[in-house]
Amino acid sequence: MATAAFPASEREHYLNKDYGIRSWLLTTDHKRIALLYLLSITFFFFIGGFFALLIRLELLTPAGDLVQADTYNKLFTMHGQVMIFFFLIPSIPAVLGNFLVPLMIGAKDLAFPRINLLSWYLYIIAGVMMLHAMLTGGVDTGWTFYTPFSTAFSNTRVIEAGLSIFVAGFSSILTGLNFVVTIHRMRAPGMTWSRLPLFIWALYATSIIQLLGTPVLAITLVLVVLERAFHFGIFDPTQGGDPLLFQHLFWFYSHPAVYIMILPSMGVVTEIIACFSRKRIFGYKFVALASIGIAVLGFLVWAHHMFVAGISLYSALIFSILSYLVAVPSAIKVFNWTATMYKGSISFSTPMLYAFGFIGLFTMGGMTGLFLACLGVDVHVTDTYFVVAHFHYIMVGSAVMGYLGGMHFWWPKISGRMYPEGWGRLAALTVFIGFNLTFFPQFILGYMGMPRRYWQYPPEFQILNVLSTAGSTILAVGYVLPMVYFLWSMRYGKHATDNPWGAAGLEWKTASPPPTFNFDEPPQVSWEAYDYEHIPAPEEVPVAR
Amino acid sequence: MFQNFPLWPISASTMSGRVDALFIFLLVVCGFMTIAIFVLILFFAARYRRRPGFEAEQIEGSNALELTWSIVPLAIFMVIFTWGAVIYFQGRTPPQGADEIYVVAKQWMWKLQHEGGQREINELHVPVGRDIKMIMTSQDVIHSFYVPAFRIKQDVLPGRYTTAWFHATRAGTYHLFCAEYCGTQHSGMIGQVVVMEPAQYEAWLAGGTSGAPLAVTGQKLFAELGCSTCHRSDAQGRGPDLDGVFGKPVLLEDGRTVTVDEDYVRESILSPAAKVVKGFKPIMPTFQGIVSEEQVNALVAYVKSLAQPPPGQATRSANLAAPQTHTEQVH
Repeated sequence: MATAAFPASEREHYLNKDYGIRSWLLTTDHKRIALLYLLSITFFFFIGGFFALLIRLELLTPAGDLVQADTYNKLFTMHGQVMIFFFLIPSIPAVLGNFLVPLMIGAKDLAFPRINLLSWYLYIIAGVMMLHAMLTGGVDTGWTFYTPFSTAFSNTRVIEAGLSIFVAGFSSILTGLNFVVTIHRMRAPGMTWSRLPLFIWALYATSIIQLLGTPVLAITLVLVVLERAFHFGIFDPTQGGDPLLFQHLFWFYSHPAVYIMILPSMGVVTEIIACFSRKRIFGYKFVALASIGIAVLGFLVWAHHMFVAGISLYSALIFSILSYLVAVPSAIKVFNWTATMYKGSISFSTPMLYAFGFIGLFTMGGMTGLFLACLGVDVHVTDTYFVVAHFHYIMVGSAVMGYLGGMHFWWPKISGRMYPEGWGRLAALTVFIGFNLTFFPQFILGYMGMPRRYWQYPPEFQILNVLSTAGSTILAVGYVLPMVYFLWSMRYGKHATDNPWGAAGLEWKTASPPPTFNFDEPPQVSWEAYDYEHIPAPEEVPVAR
Repeated sequence: MFQNFPLWPISASTMSGRVDALFIFLLVVCGFMTIAIFVLILFFAARYRRRPGFEAEQIEGSNALELTWSIVPLAIFMVIFTWGAVIYFQGRTPPQGADEIYVVAKQWMWKLQHEGGQREINELHVPVGRDIKMIMTSQDVIHSFYVPAFRIKQDVLPGRYTTAWFHATRAGTYHLFCAEYCGTQHSGMIGQVVVMEPAQYEAWLAGGTSGAPLAVTGQKLFAELGCSTCHRSDAQGRGPDLDGVFGKPVLLEDGRTVTVDEDYVRESILSPAAKVVKGFKPIMPTFQGIVSEEQVNALVAYVKSLAQPPPGQATRSANLAAPQTHTEQVH
């Protein structure tokens, strides 16, 4: 609506072009849609986090005393479903990816701006369905929906939750489709594949997984719904069905889904390390190909979730060896990040602290993945807290570290303001310490034999559980802090320049915040990615106040 | 070495030592790699921190390095894989002649039955120093039989058998957990494995209010359900003769061959038409919903007892019906 109320000195950009609820709800601007996603996933993050805190509080004592057993089962189920489908999977792609893909490749918008908005509406519809399912009784199947428990035994709102995730899946598919087409068709002149930022490569790999994997999840959930409603018997052994078939179908999507969560984070961290080391990424091609390698190999390892499920000895051997293969591209990335820092000029700004944290937690998560891929060890530790700790190191520790690192790195571009650097560093440190305190004890609990999804547990496990719960409160503070100072900075933060970090990348060559169509003139690219040789470092790392 | 270390689980089976050794190897190797990476990063961070007058030196990359840090980890991974595969193979291959325990899991309890007919709930008594094989099935959802002290875990599925085995090395009482989420009282589906010295175990066996041996119960059922009218040994039966078939391959109508194991016997009772033996018609009615899981187990144990005994042991001992010639001896 009106734009007149602005001081003449302030130029027009995507945030002040229009005001009013309609201009947001009907926008096709990828940057505004990114902010719609930011609000929605933050909402779900805090819902999922609230469930997590209740879980940790229940586990403070061995007896089941805070909530009922059924309530506890619903808490961990909905914690998983909300965090995975409504926070982690959309997190970096739908927020940072949406905002940055066109900016980084020099395009005006995504290839299908209206489909982009449709993605968000599908997400919201799915979210409302999930909230409704939660408020009218909840679900207690575990986020994994294992049959025949989910199809024939649970008395909770399985169908509604399943359909909600089915709809959320289409949101994810459409985002992936949009990115793939955009990256293929919308690159600015001169922006060749070998000049693409590695964040784009990572999102490209992610989008492929979203496109190819999510339909399988959708089919699987439909089968669960049909079986539950009409007793089809696909997974029911008394009708000749096979409950293990469900697990194969489910993990065929849900293992690659882990890469949907972690690959974008790897991309973010790659950008940050290059910028704050002022270096070209060591082994650009290998890092790019590693993303594709992870996306492809990630589809061939699903049954490593099923080593004790009753699959044949020989298929277990094959899935174990394939799981080791997918670890190689991840290792390549870690080594290349490390090598990038060699002879760099390293500053310890907030995004870089998150990147350090990412490498630390990802290395720990990846290394413990080697334990789980190892058949002989997996039998003992699978379905225990060892697995819980492992996947939280990857999906929460690393993925959220990357997400927060990216939010800090690009916040000046998104909001046009600087966040307070001191608080930023403090939050990064708090998250790192809180995270390790929460989840490291769980590795020990797992090897000691504490099964996951236990509402009550034998008393010898208590000390480690108390440590974990204590850590989770610190972690919670670490996650709330950025939200507070980001909000604060929108009003009080120092105005950001176009390129406060002295970063390479097209997104830094336009204004902060960018105009609606991103670039005043269509950019022409004639330089390689991470051209830090030709970009002066900022005089000082910008610090607000 | 770790038995008194409170952060390490009790080790009480032949498997636990092997798993621990591999786990420690992994801790050392992965710990070393992790520390090496962290030290390098911290060193670079300190050595190349941003200072006035120092510029970053641009480096393109190095194919030799990339190859090195792809191949060396892969080689280490293959060592881990092989070692893990060997242990897994051992865990999946129950030794011949193991004592058998039939396990039926249900929401939310473990029902266990010994070959001698002793029944237990949420408690399993076993002797130290013997191979114990569990033949497990579930009455409802998926459960998982997990004894951390033995480092064994196996999901228990409805509609089929899965097996696990262990060889306890230390007397004591150990946790038995359900490790696959199974509903409201999942965390209450716990029990204990009591490992006893052989003499005490014999006393326990004798003192229990045991019913007849499982195979005998099975034999009675076999007659009561009318199985014996068709499954006869005189070649006149409309069903295959079951004497001595257990553990042997049989040819099916569709040309395939299957080995008669617990699962095949079970399937033949519940879905008789699934795999019909060559030369017979699919006329057998299903017993789905007619026999309980425990009764299926008894029938399986009976069919198994019709096969050859381990040498030196009279099978079809005096308890069982009239002595017959073993097919095995005919050959």
